[in-house]
Amino acid sequence: MENTPSIRVKDLSRQYGALTAIHKVNFTVNPGEVVGFLGPNGAGKSTTMRILSGIMSATSGSAWVGGICVAQNPHEVKRKIGYMPENNPLPDDMRVVEYLRFRSRLKEVPSHKLRSTVQEAMEICDLARTARRKIIGTLSKGFRQRVGIADALLGDPEVIIMDEPTIGLDPHQIQGIRKLIDNLRGKHTVILSSHILPEIERSCDRVIIINRGRIVAAGTSTELRDEFLPSNRFSLVIEGNETAVATCLASRGIDAAILESTPIAENRAELNLRVENEGDLGPKLIQFLSNQREFTLHSLAPREPNLEEIFLAATKRSWEETIETKPKISA
Amino acid sequence: MLFISPATYIAAVLFLCLMGFLYWAILRSMVNTPSETLPTVQFFSVFWIPVFFVVPLLTMRSIAGERSIGTLDTLMTTPTSRVSVILSKFAGAYLFYMLLWILTIGFPLFTGKLYPSAAENGALLEMEPLAGSFLFLATSGLLFISIGIFASSVTRSQLVSGMLTFTTLFVVIIGGQQMGNLADAEGVLSGWAVAAVNYLQIFEHLDDFSRGIIDTRPFFYYASTSFLLLGLSTLVIEAKA
Repeated sequence: MENTPSIRVKDLSRQYGALTAIHKVNFTVNPGEVVGFLGPNGAGKSTTMRILSGIMSATSGSAWVGGICVAQNPHEVKRKIGYMPENNPLPDDMRVVEYLRFRSRLKEVPSHKLRSTVQEAMEICDLARTARRKIIGTLSKGFRQRVGIADALLGDPEVIIMDEPTIGLDPHQIQGIRKLIDNLRGKHTVILSSHILPEIERSCDRVIIINRGRIVAAGTSTELRDEFLPSNRFSLVIEGNETAVATCLASRGIDAAILESTPIAENRAELNLRVENEGDLGPKLIQFLSNQREFTLHSLAPREPNLEEIFLAATKRSWEETIETKPKISA
Repeated sequence: MLFISPATYIAAVLFLCLMGFLYWAILRSMVNTPSETLPTVQFFSVFWIPVFFVVPLLTMRSIAGERSIGTLDTLMTTPTSRVSVILSKFAGAYLFYMLLWILTIGFPLFTGKLYPSAAENGALLEMEPLAGSFLFLATSGLLFISIGIFASSVTRSQLVSGMLTFTTLFVVIIGGQQMGNLADAEGVLSGWAVAAVNYLQIFEHLDDFSRGIIDTRPFFYYASTSFLLLGLSTLVIEAKA
């Protein structure tokens, strides 16, 4: 069982009439991993999650959860999944504890374990003391979200799927949810979707970037950096002539380009430098850029491209690819 | 969901108020013009008035409401079968509907308390027609509630569901009666067509039941149609969860 992937998706496609929501999606998630789905709105994140949780059927392709095919045995798959849909719908008239008890009964939790299961889920989500007897309709957004996550945790599912768990929350609440997800790491396989990049970067082991129904990139954020933005980037503060920086480096055999220049004070600017050369460039740059007549180097720091830049690069590339592959229609 | 929502209790209060008023009106009219039938029997013959609004109110939320707020999705991700979802929605609404009818026995009992002489004469309550009427309500309720559940399963708007239920009930109850009148009055329909129309006569069924004529055909009619509608609802939520 150890080497069965928690989720395996093969050539999954779904069409809504003429619209292709997802097209030949392939990926695997191993047990205990936290994987983030990243993509712009309408990219197909929710569709993929809905197919995995068995609410919706795929047009073609197959998906397995815990080694069980979703299309052939949806009933069994649902026992292995805790799903929190987008916008986290909850019945407003029920109390938190009532709702969670009701949900555990639906999830076939045996009656002697009911109380402890609900209590455990509420404690993990920090609901037990604060919101136990509150009516769901009166709860704040953060608490509603926690109720949704507590619901997904009930019955100890192997896979937890959360569609946009942090949408509409304030930074404190986002941090709380992130800690919660960290606690789940290793015990459950977690898939979460978001279009908030730092969120995914911080809480996920691996990222799958999806755009226009296709997976455009997958891997850890380091792997993605190497793939999409391979060159080295530096941020430096220069006083004096900016253009002299590139020419100075070019004369020493370093292929550099200034991507961005932001003036921060009179005669002083922060430059975003892209260097194509391989290797450890920091000391070299400091050496070359010091003691120049035309400008003074105030600071130099390597810049790690963040997920945002990777995301933009990846989605842009996929956009260009789809345009190229489309046959031209002549009038 | 049904028993925790305020809408259910509003429907219940409205129902009991209206029925109480109708019962009172029947009693009043009986004071003026003596009638052969018992007030309770007359009372049950206006069953269609509350059915028209109570059934849509009880059922319109059941699936359409869950779909529109999205809880149908979370329900579908639990290992509960679609059949049991539909059946439990049906059972909840049906039992509540029957409970409301059972509460109306309170009216004759209450009147009996106030006017013991009338109760002793047997002018208020008689077991046999009462049992027959309840049997009718229980069987016809199967059809009415399943019409509501089906209407609720095809849409995400509670309003559309309620209107669909109301119009369907109207066609089934009043349309059947009108067709019956047509068949009786003009003799335009041939023998088998009259039989077919009679089969759909909900008012006739009530008449028969309260007189103690328990036919199996109405049972078959109500049970088969409600079975069909609930089956269709299951397929609908299977297809468009």
